[in-house]
Amino acid sequence: MAGQLKEVRNRIKSVQNTQQITKAMKMVSAAKLRKAQDAIVQMRPYARKLQEVLSNIVSSSEGEIGMNLAVERPVERVLLIVITSDRGLCGAYNSNVIKLAKSTIREQYAAQHAKGNVTIWAIGKKGYEHFSKNKFNTDATYKDIFLNLTFENVQACAQAAVKAFEAKEFDVVEIVYSEFRNAAVQRFVTERFLPIPKVQKKEGAKQSDFIFEPAKEQLVAELMPKILNTQLFKAVLDAHASEHGARMTAMDKATENANELLRNLKISYNRARQAAITTELTEIVSGAAALQG
Amino acid sequence: MNLEILTPERKLFSDDVYGVQLPGISGRFEVLEKHAPLVSALKAGRLKVLKDKSHHAAYFDIQGGFVEVLNNKVTVLVEGATPVESK
Repeated sequence: MAGQLKEVRNRIKSVQNTQQITKAMKMVSAAKLRKAQDAIVQMRPYARKLQEVLSNIVSSSEGEIGMNLAVERPVERVLLIVITSDRGLCGAYNSNVIKLAKSTIREQYAAQHAKGNVTIWAIGKKGYEHFSKNKFNTDATYKDIFLNLTFENVQACAQAAVKAFEAKEFDVVEIVYSEFRNAAVQRFVTERFLPIPKVQKKEGAKQSDFIFEPAKEQLVAELMPKILNTQLFKAVLDAHASEHGARMTAMDKATENANELLRNLKISYNRARQAAITTELTEIVSGAAALQG
Repeated sequence: MNLEILTPERKLFSDDVYGVQLPGISGRFEVLEKHAPLVSALKAGRLKVLKDKSHHAAYFDIQGGFVEVLNNKVTVLVEGATPVESK
C-alpha cells in the first residue's frame, strides 16, 4: 500500500516538473512572437511602396515591358524553397509544412520528381533533416538562416535562386511556408517565386508624369530582384512568427493537459491514502477484538 | 516636403525636411520643395538630409535602392542604411 502511495507521489512530482517547463516555454514563445510580429509590421511599408513604384512604372508605360525573370519555360527542373523551423515542440507546424511540400511535388511535379529533377532548398533545420533523410535532392546552404535572421542572409538565398533561374538550372521556383494569421492560426501556402507573375496594369490608375532615371526598362530590371528579395524575406518572417505562434499554442495545450493529468493523479493519490488508513484501522480494531475475545 | 527612408527591417526616418541629396545611379542630385514626380535608382553611397535652410544636416550611408518623388513626398527605398555621425 505504502509503495503505491509513493509511486503516485513521484508521478505527481514529475508531471509538475514537466508542466513548469511547458509553462516557461509558452512564456518565452509569447515574448518571441511579439518580436517576430513587430518585424513583419516594420517591413510592410517597404514592401508596399516597392510594389507601388513598380505598378507606377508599368501603368505609365505603353505596352509590355520585357522582363527575363517573367519568362515561362516548359517546366523541367523545379526548385522548392521549404521554410521550417530549427526546433521542434511546436505542434504540427513542421510536419504540416513538410506535408504540403510533398503534396505539391506529388500533385504538380510528379513527372519531374520521377526524373529526379526536383530540388529542395530547406530553410530551417527540421525540414532539412527530414528531406535529406528521405532521399530528396537537398541543399544545406541556407538551412541556418534562422540562427541569424537578417535581410542580408535572406537576400543571399533569394539572389542565388534568381541566378539559378536565369542560368536555366531551374524553370520554376516555389516557396512553401506558413503564412502568419494570428498566434493560433497559420495558413500553409505554396507561393510562386519565379517566373514572376505578370503585373496587371491598374485601370484608371492616376497618371503622373514621372521622370525616370534611368530608362523604364532598366528601372524594372533593377526593381525586380529587390521585389523578389522582399518577397522571400516576408515569407521567412511569416514563417518565423508562425513557428512561435504554433509553439505557444502547443505549449498552452500541454500545460492544460498536465493540469488535467494532475487532477486525476491527485484523486488516485487520495484514494490510495484513504485505503491505507482504512486497512490500518481494520487491523487495529480486529487486533483489539482478538485480545478481548 | 516630407521625407521617408524605408528599409526592409524598419522605417529609418520620417520627417519634414528642407531638401535631400541622393547618390543617383548616374550622379548625385538634390531634391527640394515641389520637385516634379520622379523615380530613380540609387547606388550605394551617402545620403544627405537638409533639415532646414541653414543646412543642419544628417547623413546616412545607404546601399542601393530607389527614390520616388510624388506630390511633395519623397520616399527612399533602400535595402540597408546606417545613420552616420555628422562631421
